[in-house]
Amino acid sequence: MQKMLAILSQVLRGPAQKTGAASEAARVLVASRNYADFASEATFDIKKCDLHRLEEGPPSQAVLTREEGLKFYRSMQTIRRMELKSDQLYKQKIIRGFCHLYDGQEACCVGLEAGIKPTDHLITAYRAHGFTYTRGISVKEILAELTGRKGGCAKGKGGSMHMYAKNFYGGNGIVGAQVPLGAGIALACKYFGNDEICLTLYGDGAANQGQIFETYNMAALWKLPCIFICENNRYGMGTSVERAAASTDYFKRGDYIPGIRLDGMDVLCVREATKFAAEHCRSGKGPIVMELQTYRYHGHSMSDPGISYRTREEIQEVRSKSDPITLLKDRMVNNNLASVEELKEIDIEVRKEIEEAAQFATTDPEPPLEELCNHIYSNEPPFEVRGPNPWIKYKSVS
Amino acid sequence: MASASSRVLLRRRAAGVLLRERLRLGPEPPRRAVSHFTFYPDPEPSEYGPTQKMNLFQAITSALDNTLSRDPTAVIYGEDVAFGGVFRCTVGLRDKYGKDRVFNTPLCEQGIVGFGIGVAVAGATSIAEIQFADYIYPAFDQIVNEAAKYRYRSGDLFNCGSLTIRAPWGCVGHGALYHSQCPESFFAHCPGIKVVIPRSPVQAKGLLLSCIEDKNPCIFFEPKILYRAAVEQVPVEPYHIPLSQAEVLQEGSDVTLIAWGTQVHVIREVATMAQDKLGVSCEVIDLKTILPWDKDTICKSVIKTGRLLISHEAPLTGGFASEISSTVQEECFLNLEAPIARVCGYDTPFPHIFEAFYVPNKWKCFDALRKIINY
Repeated sequence: MQKMLAILSQVLRGPAQKTGAASEAARVLVASRNYADFASEATFDIKKCDLHRLEEGPPSQAVLTREEGLKFYRSMQTIRRMELKSDQLYKQKIIRGFCHLYDGQEACCVGLEAGIKPTDHLITAYRAHGFTYTRGISVKEILAELTGRKGGCAKGKGGSMHMYAKNFYGGNGIVGAQVPLGAGIALACKYFGNDEICLTLYGDGAANQGQIFETYNMAALWKLPCIFICENNRYGMGTSVERAAASTDYFKRGDYIPGIRLDGMDVLCVREATKFAAEHCRSGKGPIVMELQTYRYHGHSMSDPGISYRTREEIQEVRSKSDPITLLKDRMVNNNLASVEELKEIDIEVRKEIEEAAQFATTDPEPPLEELCNHIYSNEPPFEVRGPNPWIKYKSVS
Repeated sequence: MASASSRVLLRRRAAGVLLRERLRLGPEPPRRAVSHFTFYPDPEPSEYGPTQKMNLFQAITSALDNTLSRDPTAVIYGEDVAFGGVFRCTVGLRDKYGKDRVFNTPLCEQGIVGFGIGVAVAGATSIAEIQFADYIYPAFDQIVNEAAKYRYRSGDLFNCGSLTIRAPWGCVGHGALYHSQCPESFFAHCPGIKVVIPRSPVQAKGLLLSCIEDKNPCIFFEPKILYRAAVEQVPVEPYHIPLSQAEVLQEGSDVTLIAWGTQVHVIREVATMAQDKLGVSCEVIDLKTILPWDKDTICKSVIKTGRLLISHEAPLTGGFASEISSTVQEECFLNLEAPIARVCGYDTPFPHIFEAFYVPNKWKCFDALRKIINY
């Protein structure tokens, strides 16, 4: 059987167009043999969180069902492959400009999404591709946005840093500027009394911006249902946290706001902590800070090779010892939640999805020139936008 | 005109597709990177001693190197400057002068500038880098309310004149909304600071040294598209190019063309096109200092030519061209033969994929020039 599957997957790596039918066959094959043998769930010990101003923290054990595990695996693998594809498209000069990749941090966005409801709100900075995906935008629309095409999720007008979805407020370009917005969203949640919360994300670099502290104060003062989430990937652009922050205990930097620090490379740990933090907010206790300890494999952006301020060995060590996808995969396989073959099959499907999306993102047309002037203001009837000189005018609609 | 230039682009694109099909190269990558200007190097300066081939970022490094070596109070700080900065302007300076003089700050622009004012007011030479001009807005309050007003509000007892803020500026081919802006006119509205934008490596070094030594807080915007694209023979020793003095790059009799930064190279090309195609003689002026600006050179030129075209990348409405044209119509009303033309960016945020259409390229300038000639 092993051999047969190996042959099958060889076949699957062949001509891309034919994989549809073949993988269908593979799925049937695996299903007929294995599904009944798998455990339906398993319990795992997860790393204990560090706590600040909290008596109790998230549980130190988490239950993972087979179904969830497969879902998490597929999401994380999709994000990983999407980012690697973006890297490739960037190097081919098809994606241009400023592009910040998320590979290495997949457990954060997938775990956070698993700990909240789709109706909850989320806002982040410019490393936004992963969140755009977990908030429900297809790979196709994300890649098309990156390449600036009409079918992109912001109509090709935003690019890498500016992507949006329902209850996902972007995608913001200026370091730290999204944090006060997040508290504002939380204020609206509280005002509407709809039991919704806002996840407000920023990096370890942005944690030193003044407006974060202004926001902490307002959020605590008004007991806003806001989870401040610091994705600490150890480097703010090219500066390590130790060289940029007087205190690298980011979970304590809300001072009067309770905080938890957790392993951001473990999707289960992120999910449990998020559930805990969400419950804290929903119960009316006000804001809470989460520090997710994570790592980005790529440089800060595409112009940063990512090795002038850290060693290749360091990156290699994280990859080999704490990769979020490998961690989940090992847990699932070792506890009979899934088989290696089955996960490989997911990999193949993901790869196919990414290839198709990339095909779309490179062939979809760019938006028409009229789009240059649309959406500057909300206006009815259309107003005239002055062009480079008094003789060029464009109609702007919204 | 936009449609004409888009036709040209489309025609080029169609030709490219044919060629690529013939060569079986697959889909064509988008043509966004085509540069909208040709760099015009100046002749090698002879008055400042030996020169070296440098691009614009190396000229900046050279100016900072000169400053650090001659002025023991000078310090340089900003996001990632210690290992050279994202545009490599401070490469090697930390190793040469020590990590107490060239150091990284956290990502906090308001803090960087406020801190820089403090360093300056205490008597040191304070050189801040804001990583992109687009990121300067968190520091807007510190610049406008603190730096610019310190001398005035203390009756000249205190000042932060030794503060210089450097920031990469302008379009770069693919920078989109937050890595392309030209915010000079926001600061032009603020008495108490100086705003300077160089067009070339030689200019960059001389003007930056003048800014650093000037007794007023200065903002020095560096056209980032020129960092590597512009190469000249730049003097190794320090030298100064005076602030608030525009430079007539080419004398002419029919039209005055004004620009600063990258756009200077666009209007130089337009002047050549005007001469070749229309037999029109253009006077080309690089304004260099936006605030306080050199009215005399501009007005003298317009009195001679009777026509004026101003071009900048920033949006048309409220751009610095508005101030120039308003002043010129007051000073030279009876000399004007045609309305003053402004060829600028669109009144839109800086677009992601429409950059090629957005920038006021030579065709748009040439078209406007033809209109004011035929007025």
